Amino acid sequence: METTIKATNLTKSFGDFTAVDKLNFEVKKGEIFGFLGANGAGKTTAMKMLIGISKPTAGDAVVADYKVSTQADLVKKNIGYMSQKFALYDDLNIKENIQFFGGIYGLNAKLIQQKYQQVVDNLGLENYVKQLVKSLPLGLKQKLAFSVALLHQPKVVFLDEPTGGVDPITRRQFWELIYEAADRGTTIFVTTHYMDEAEYCDRISMMVDGKIKALDTSKALKKEFGAETLNEVFLKLAR
Amino acid sequence: MKKFIGFVKKEFYHIFRDKRSLFILFGMPIAQILLFGFAISNEINNVDIAILDKADDKNSKEIIVNLKASKYFNVIDHLQSEKEIETAFQKGKVKAVVTFDQDFARNLQRPETSKFQIITDATNPNVANTITNYINSIVVKYQMVNLQQDPPPQLVQSESRMFFNPALESVYMFVPGVMTVILMLVSAMMTSISITREKEVGTMEILLVSPLKPSTVIAGKVVPYIFLSLINAIVIVLLSVFVFQMPIEGSIFWLVTASLLFIITSLSLGILISTLSSTQQTAMMISLMGLMLPTILLSGFIFPIESMPYPLQLISHIIPAKWFIIIIKSIMLKGVGFSFFWKETLILVVMTIFLLGLSIKKYKIRLA
Repeated sequence: METTIKATNLTKSFGDFTAVDKLNFEVKKGEIFGFLGANGAGKTTAMKMLIGISKPTAGDAVVADYKVSTQADLVKKNIGYMSQKFALYDDLNIKENIQFFGGIYGLNAKLIQQKYQQVVDNLGLENYVKQLVKSLPLGLKQKLAFSVALLHQPKVVFLDEPTGGVDPITRRQFWELIYEAADRGTTIFVTTHYMDEAEYCDRISMMVDGKIKALDTSKALKKEFGAETLNEVFLKLAR
Repeated sequence: MKKFIGFVKKEFYHIFRDKRSLFILFGMPIAQILLFGFAISNEINNVDIAILDKADDKNSKEIIVNLKASKYFNVIDHLQSEKEIETAFQKGKVKAVVTFDQDFARNLQRPETSKFQIITDATNPNVANTITNYINSIVVKYQMVNLQQDPPPQLVQSESRMFFNPALESVYMFVPGVMTVILMLVSAMMTSISITREKEVGTMEILLVSPLKPSTVIAGKVVPYIFLSLINAIVIVLLSVFVFQMPIEGSIFWLVTASLLFIITSLSLGILISTLSSTQQTAMMISLMGLMLPTILLSGFIFPIESMPYPLQLISHIIPAKWFIIIIKSIMLKGVGFSFFWKETLILVVMTIFLLGLSIKKYKIRLA
């Protein structure tokens, strides 16, 4: 199997404080990788290095065939990113958003039009095309943000707590989109606080104090820690 | 380049769809210039005054007629005694009282003993001063014309001429100031708000993760505002020329160039503010308190810098607006060429480079 993310001793320190301490892991192509950890465990810092907006102090990671330490620009071109705020431009309509985000990834007008049609059809947005994104229901906004992150067909998509503030049914539907993308070969790297959501991932890593303390499938983790649920595993580790 | 154009296009969508910022952008300059032009004025017009005429002779009556005839004064009251003077002021009905003594006419020949007095309400010293001067000049003119004293023998006549603004139109003074304030407000506040808005909404994060270079993001945010600010400057100049008949003595080229330079200075201040603040509100407060107040108070726009305490004079040197006001006053009112304001221009250029450098550095630190 092809590897899309490979971290080797990935480290970030701020002065004396080591936020991320020698991370080593691999994520395979088309895998859904859950990246868990308590607040302040170093998740965000690690993710920032992987998406190329923060340079590692030591070690390195190869993301979508490029090194984050020296080829951040190329990394950025080949990844997608969606934050917990489903950040689209509220005062633009669906098409204008897609044109803008497609444009900054260098897609041509024809391809953008094609993608736009595809997104509208897939998500059933026909009734919303004339409206500004502001007036879309939250669930749709989230799905749209995810589709926008996939516009340029990135090899890997980073999702930073993508389902915050969304009801369970919408969350379920959102995960169906994630599965579809993974089936098409897109690697999914997702951080979350919801343990039920973590269960949907192929493999889960748990970060404590800047280090990865556990990394395996949900089943194997539960067995390893003798726990009934992932929540228990998490609590045992965090303590 | 295509990405950049896409970015600028998006920025214009933001601006034109946000009624509030659109109002600030275009409503503000027009409102301000009209306000300063019409309402706030150093000239006096239709001032109510009272007369205490003890002489009651031909000369005093003629002077009173002259006062009444001028557009500056309305004689609304004739007092009977000195006692009434204070009550007239206390009631606030009149701004000045002109008194003629009984032997006024006799003494008119010898002005140093002339029993003629102007008493003004000095709660507003500037107005009081102006009123005194106006009344004096009416009286002196009367002496010269009617008594064929040319000039009155013992009186040293000072003849003053007002250069660059002969009619002392206050709008001439306000236009450069208002233009400065507006450009500062629009450029600095609007850019800092629009950048922090992206931070607040979370789209800045997406932009940073995208292949766009940080410099493209900043330039894309700033270019639309350069364009709009320039339009604003033109609107202000057109208004002042066509509504207030303000002359532009110097070259339009330098006026536009200087405005562009100042717009860029303000924009770099705006970028700097946006790197310091994480919410739109903070950005707005910093812009208003940190930029607007010094721009209005310390730039020489309203209060002359020369009469400030020394420490404030020192501070005024680092206010970009001060230099810009000097430049555009030179261009618009004095009509002088570049050789007269190259120093101020150089100072602005250096400030701009410094601010731009600083904000780019700050922006990079945030990224690391």
